[in-house]
Amino acid sequence: MKILVCLKQVPDTETKIKVAGDGKSLDPTDVKWITSPYDEYALEEGLRLKESAGAEVTVATVGDDKAKDVLRNAFALGADHAVLIKGDGQGDTLATASILAGFAKDKGFDLVLSGNKGLGGDNSAVGPMLAELLGYAQANVVVKLEITDGKFRAEREIEGGTEVVEGSLPAVVTAQKGLNEPRYASLKGIMAAKKKTIEETEVAGHAPATGTLAMTLPAARAEGRKLEGDAASQAKALMDALKNEAKVF
Amino acid sequence: MILVFCELKDGKLRKPSAEALSEGRRLADASGQQLGALTVGASADGAADAAKYGADSILTCVAPSLASYSSDAFAAAIASAAKAKGATIVLGAATAMGKDALPRAAARLDAGYAGDVTGLSMEGGKLQAQRPVYAGKAFATTGFTSAVQVATTRPNVFAATEKTGPGAMESVEAPAGDFKAIVKEILAKGGGKVDLTEANVIVAGGRGLKSGENFKILEELADALGGVVGASRAAVDAGWGLSHGIQVGQTGKVVSPTLYIAAGISGAIQHLAGMSSSKYIVAINKDPDAPIFKIADYGIVGDLFEVVPELTKAAKAMGIGAHH
Ligand SMILES: Cc1cc2nc3c(=O)[nH]c(=O)nc-3n(C[C@H](O)[C@H](O)[C@H](O)COP(=O)(O)OP(=O)(O)OC[C@H]3O[C@@H](n4cnc5c(N)ncnc54)[C@H](O)[C@@H]3O)c2cc1C
Ligand SMILES: Nc1ncnc2c1ncn2[C@@H]1O[C@H](COP(=O)(O)O)[C@@H](O)[C@H]1O
Repeated sequence: MKILVCLKQVPDTETKIKVAGDGKSLDPTDVKWITSPYDEYALEEGLRLKESAGAEVTVATVGDDKAKDVLRNAFALGADHAVLIKGDGQGDTLATASILAGFAKDKGFDLVLSGNKGLGGDNSAVGPMLAELLGYAQANVVVKLEITDGKFRAEREIEGGTEVVEGSLPAVVTAQKGLNEPRYASLKGIMAAKKKTIEETEVAGHAPATGTLAMTLPAARAEGRKLEGDAASQAKALMDALKNEAKVF
Repeated sequence: MILVFCELKDGKLRKPSAEALSEGRRLADASGQQLGALTVGASADGAADAAKYGADSILTCVAPSLASYSSDAFAAAIASAAKAKGATIVLGAATAMGKDALPRAAARLDAGYAGDVTGLSMEGGKLQAQRPVYAGKAFATTGFTSAVQVATTRPNVFAATEKTGPGAMESVEAPAGDFKAIVKEILAKGGGKVDLTEANVIVAGGRGLKSGENFKILEELADALGGVVGASRAAVDAGWGLSHGIQVGQTGKVVSPTLYIAAGISGAIQHLAGMSSSKYIVAINKDPDAPIFKIADYGIVGDLFEVVPELTKAAKAMGIGAHH
């Protein structure tokens, strides 16, 4: 089985967002870049299939030179091949999906794994778009995946529960927290990763179909008031405030 | 035409779809367009509800093969209806189904996609979307260069406004051929409760709860207030048997209820990212310096094990939540 795992490099979750001088992008000063957390579940699932079913795992990212870090990290965890597809890693989803589709289309991947959402852009779109562009089945926001005889059974999160999606490979499956517990890189893995080669390529894609026109920060919330007294009087004061002041009820 | 993909459940239009339709009506009025509602399934029971929210026409895509949800079939149905009607804007709710089918439909339509939007407007004949990015740490305005523009509306943000439309029913062609993937079964775990992202009231607990069993006191309060229970990642990851689905934050659900009560949650940046757009925030924490108080409208410094049961008692005594 041949597996492609799509990895997106994103700002660390600790990042305090500042808007750049252009008024529409993230000020990159002091930003630490990481692999998008959901992509870690996708990679882990690929590595587990490699171990249990003998799959070959290729990781790819659309990005700039600094995005090589996510690829090197994937090598350290056990990926077989890593590809940097040069382009705008934070760009429009249709453009990104079409680049990934262009890369994947002739390579015979049975399974494409991605995160259900790239942190930051929070688009949750590249997976399903990629599935459509490749003409593959999809299972999105998946918390459990079984693959047998060219078929998949995936449990995906829906409102108030999960639903079971079944289909045939090839498929795009997007990972959700709960799918697995990602491993940590071993020292041996990290050393071995240094010797592996990251391939670099360029793939033509769709022109960006969307663009960010402006980025703003939400108005800071003002600190409210503390309710005094013992637990019972605090509770009564809160319920009273919610009902009569905030009019929540 | 502005086409809105509408979800039906138990013979009724789902509320997030009613919200998307209402917003579609507003945009259609602003740009002098027709509003079409599209339903897909084995039956169109409940589709007529779309007229209540201003649909000029109600397109029903009905076939026995559509009884269970299929990403590729539904995306094909949406794209083909949009093409048939020449729709330049396609909307749907950012629900589990909307977020699954609409990006796929967008790719089929060569269209740009803006997901989980909290505001929409027409500027110079094109759609513009306001959407939270970095889990709500910032807001982006997204513009489109593609001819067709696809967006999903975040539940609970847009008002579902009743405004009767003609609602002329019309059936549209169902996708043919084998579907690539199909839903075989639904494993409900939520006990029929509303999802966090659609809830009006959320009572969330963190590491301060000390065990999974202790979440019972949060459930009692949530029940009294007509709400649902959420949790911090520390609580979900503690091995207390809590479902991942209730995690709130940057790597969990991003929520915007009317009322968010955080008990025993310190207020880490990743947690705040997921809930700071709530209308009212209440923090209960024994540490007066916990960062959560900085964004709380009402703070209670105290032991949650004493405060939470008192809140439940007070809510019941005041008949709060009785209308839920
Ligand atoms: C990549 C990444 C992603 C993350 N994503 C998320 C996310 O999506 N959501 C999320 O929540 N976190 C997330 N985190 C984790 C986050 O950084 C914090 O560790 C977490 O939010 C802390 O949870 P907590 O507030 O429950 O626990 P703590 O920070 O341990 O806080 C517990 C609080 O309970 C109070 N307390 C204890 N006992 C009582 C009592 N009896 N009465 C009243 N108060 C009491 C304490 O004073 C304390 O403030 C993420 C972290 C990383 C690195
Ligand atoms: N630039 C990129 N390079 C590789 N994969 C990506 C890229 N952008 C998005 N993806 C994949 O698509 C998933 C969803 O991203 P998004 O649609 O941006 O939320 C991510 O979790 C990645 O797996």
